[in-house]
Amino acid sequence: MARFEIYVTYKKGIFDPPGATAERALVNLGYDEVASVKIGKYIQLEVADGTRVERVREMCDKLLANPVIEDYRIETVGEA
Amino acid sequence: MRFGVVRFPGSNCEQDVVHAVRYLGMEAGYIWHGDTDLVGYDAIVLPGGFSYGDYIRCGAVARFSPVMAEVVRFAERGGPVIGICNGFQILTEAHLLPGALLRNTGLKFVCKPASLRVEESVCQWLDLPAGTVVSVPVNHNEGNYICDEDTLERLRGNGQVVLRYCEPDGTTAEGGSAPNGAFDDIAGICNERGNVFGLMPHPERVVDPLSGGTDGQAFFTAIAQRIASVG
Repeated sequence: MARFEIYVTYKKGIFDPPGATAERALVNLGYDEVASVKIGKYIQLEVADGTRVERVREMCDKLLANPVIEDYRIETVGEA
Repeated sequence: MRFGVVRFPGSNCEQDVVHAVRYLGMEAGYIWHGDTDLVGYDAIVLPGGFSYGDYIRCGAVARFSPVMAEVVRFAERGGPVIGICNGFQILTEAHLLPGALLRNTGLKFVCKPASLRVEESVCQWLDLPAGTVVSVPVNHNEGNYICDEDTLERLRGNGQVVLRYCEPDGTTAEGGSAPNGAFDDIAGICNERGNVFGLMPHPERVVDPLSGGTDGQAFFTAIAQRIASVG
């Protein structure tokens, strides 16, 4: 099996309420050095050997991410 | 006049819609999400709920239900489609309406009556005069409407903004009146043609006065009158 890891995050400029809340909470806990927290999704994908990254990109565009509000990054982590 | 109300796994407002439509003296029937036949229906309703458990994103999986390909064709032929709450989320995921619905800015599920101002729009589902204020309940966790600036300009220019959250007197509070952080206080939008309408509030819950109001009646009667007059 080939393995891919996909990171889905909000596009720049899209407000991320859970991230903003975590950011405030960390500052309240005394972590004054915290400047920004963004919370996204991490997806592990196992597919048949030889699956091209273009196929995975298609899966992201169609279902795993919403291109209207989200960006994604695909990392190839090789054979499982 | 017969409304078809789609049932997805996890829908939970479909009975309310059917009750509302029948209360108004019209016909309504359920359409299973696996069905692909919309024959006999004059208007399609995508009801509220948590289709497919809201997994991945609200509406992201429901969009690929077998029935949705037919709903898209129905809409493209000019057939009236309304998406309420989760139904609105499904319509954006299906690209029948622009933009997306994010988590409420306050991170809280909001469940309360909301004042809505009717805007000047091309929406075929509503013929209330612009400026009318109605009270309709909202009940959602992801109702924070967002789109890019170009889309917003297009929505405004084409008369596609149908409803905005407002104060009970119809004004907008400083900093906005949306209970969920929605961009430009947008509560409901339609497509350019006006036949596809999506909104977060639940008009079906204020049709029968028993449930606390009648402001939602206009959301179902206008389209029926329009269809009757077109014949």
